[in-house]
Amino acid sequence: MSKRLFAVLALLLIASMVLTACGSPEPEAPAEEAAAGEEAAAGEFECTDEIGCVTYYADEPVRIASALVISGPNTDLGMDSQYGVEIAIAFKGDVAGHAVELQAEDDGCSAEGGQAAGQKIVSDQTIIGIVGTSCSGAGVPLSTVMSEAGYVMVSPSNTSPSLTSPDEAWNPGYYRTAHNDKVQGKAMADFAFSELGITKAAAIHDGDPYTEGLAAVFADSFKELGGEITEFTAVNKGDTDMRPVLTSVAAGEPEFIYYPVFTAEGGFLTKQAREVAGLEDTILAAADGMISPAAIEAVGEAGEGMYFSGPDLGFENELYSEFLAKYEEDYGTKPISVFHAHAFDATNLILNCVESVGVVDGDDLHVGRQDMRDCLGATSGYDGITGTLTCDEYGDCADPQITVSQLTAGEYEVVWP
Amino acid sequence: MSERIKQIDILGVVMWFFRAAIIVAMLWGTIATLMDNPYSAKAWTDTIVAGIAQGSLYALIAIGYTLVYGVLFMINFAHGEFFMSGIMTSTIFIAIPMSESGYLDANPVLGLIIIALVTMLVSIGVAILTERVAYKPLRGAPRLVPLITAIGASFFWQYYFRGLYGSEVKPFPLIDSIAGKMTIFGIEILKSQALVIVVAIIMLIGLNLFVIKTKVGKSIRAAAENKDVARLMGIDVDRAITITFTMGAAMAGIAGVLYALVFRQVHYFMGFFPGIKAFTAAVLGGIGSIPGAALGGLLLGVFESVGPALFLEGLGVPSPHQLKDVIAFTMLVLVLIFRPQGILGERLAEEKA
Repeated sequence: MSKRLFAVLALLLIASMVLTACGSPEPEAPAEEAAAGEEAAAGEFECTDEIGCVTYYADEPVRIASALVISGPNTDLGMDSQYGVEIAIAFKGDVAGHAVELQAEDDGCSAEGGQAAGQKIVSDQTIIGIVGTSCSGAGVPLSTVMSEAGYVMVSPSNTSPSLTSPDEAWNPGYYRTAHNDKVQGKAMADFAFSELGITKAAAIHDGDPYTEGLAAVFADSFKELGGEITEFTAVNKGDTDMRPVLTSVAAGEPEFIYYPVFTAEGGFLTKQAREVAGLEDTILAAADGMISPAAIEAVGEAGEGMYFSGPDLGFENELYSEFLAKYEEDYGTKPISVFHAHAFDATNLILNCVESVGVVDGDDLHVGRQDMRDCLGATSGYDGITGTLTCDEYGDCADPQITVSQLTAGEYEVVWP
Repeated sequence: MSERIKQIDILGVVMWFFRAAIIVAMLWGTIATLMDNPYSAKAWTDTIVAGIAQGSLYALIAIGYTLVYGVLFMINFAHGEFFMSGIMTSTIFIAIPMSESGYLDANPVLGLIIIALVTMLVSIGVAILTERVAYKPLRGAPRLVPLITAIGASFFWQYYFRGLYGSEVKPFPLIDSIAGKMTIFGIEILKSQALVIVVAIIMLIGLNLFVIKTKVGKSIRAAAENKDVARLMGIDVDRAITITFTMGAAMAGIAGVLYALVFRQVHYFMGFFPGIKAFTAAVLGGIGSIPGAALGGLLLGVFESVGPALFLEGLGVPSPHQLKDVIAFTMLVLVLIFRPQGILGERLAEEKA
């Protein structure tokens, strides 16, 4: 028995030695090449960055990662952003003489997915920054993982207030070009109270930081305006039978229900709300997580006349027209969700910072990780598609404009402001 | 010896305390809710009816777990995928085209029968394939092996169908003749829910009769009792097992159609949670027993639906509906403390348990 155990251990030891041998020689080989070819040898650069540097040798691309939801019912939300990232890279061309390479990961729109994507990204030392996540629920673990590893992330679509609130889920290195839901929730409350004249409303979330945060801001703002919140409750992700919770909500006789959840649960809530006694004519409203062709299919005919809050996409600049032309040309469709322009800006913020803090050393490019954070944090008055971006000390960079649209005959039509 | 008695006593006291605590909490919550009754009688009946409809679905799926467990003593975790595969396929290839051409609204009965048949065929096909490829070669293996294989098969089918049909949510068309509400015995009920309940009852009674009365049913029961003796009596045990899987999958297929009628959305992951819940229902009712699976499913559905409002609201728990799974599983624990064999389960012999 002990002989066999010894044999197995020996085998493992050999295997681990072979694996480490395979893993390590990368750094030396390109350095020699560079030294042979150029006057400035690669070894001479000394990294003084507190949390380390990334070095791209000659002909190596600058690598960034995306962590967006590219599978499951919310695919449209993530793919739309991913297209934005790809277009930004295509428009940018080379960065400090290096091509840009994108590694696309899936955030799964869940905490587990964000954790897994984060671990995978930080295990790759050649990645300088992350565009993501799509979902705030995935953003919370991912921002912790990447922050500890010294990376930077710029999210085009996380909107939960907690992510940029230092007492909650904020981590150094986290930035976003999406609006903070403090703005979106308040806008929806304004719209319901002032525009629609609603006085009794209910809110439902699904426990995700994005949905819970947004529903809470809506409820607080609505109460501040003088309205009454009849019920503030929650469902689970993955629930299908919403009738019991909707029956509870109906008992308070709300005139308006706001459920800023995602496609699958939102579809069930919308269809079943119409079948619950007392809610047949209640006004239904959801948020930017449900602005996509898939969501229109999911809500079906029950979603007719429903309201959706989301970022204002009426960007009036030439860049956006060029962007849209490229989008249609490359992907054969009009934008399928709402954060493509934010993703474009997020990618550009990262690439511009690589350009401005990167130290060019012959054919090599050295980028300090703390320098990247400082550079992103210092973003001020940057003209992007989504507006003039200025980052505050906790990473909110957006120039937030919220609109409310209504689903009419299968199209989202902006109705407010 | 005396040491041991003392240990058991402490454990027993803790268990009694635990049981008492759950029951007191439930009673307290119920009384508090009813004292300050925020809901109308109609809201309560609506909630109960929704629970019965949901429970009927659980019952139909639970049958598959119970049948397979009864014969093979393995938990077929891929059963939720049998449920998903059939309705996904027939939604995409039958229901949506039929609805777009207007056929489904013109001939709802025939249309639904075609959908149900296709769904059942696909579910059965997937089940038989899984049984042949993944389970049959492991017939003599230790019990943990087919269990893990079943989990693997479950993942395989989930991602197979995701690759085949994509990961988006597919809408199941609304059929005009079963939209809206109807009134039975003075209770207003959604037509789709009524259909679910009626079909589930018919299927469950039919299946029970099939297993009790027919020769094939007898061969299944014989195989469940003792495979070696059954073989000696000239029963084709492999065939009995295949029929068991077929029946379970057919029930899952029907459950799929009913699910689609009520919820009108299908996607590749839809089998996972109903599968887990139905397994819970089968254990609750007594695994291996068909009436037990039916009762377990109904109870689970109703508790899940009524429980949050009835037990938790009175205790002042915020967002009680998020905790409906907690209620379902607490009930499972409670039943298993008092009756480890499940509500209608017979005490299993050592070799079966």
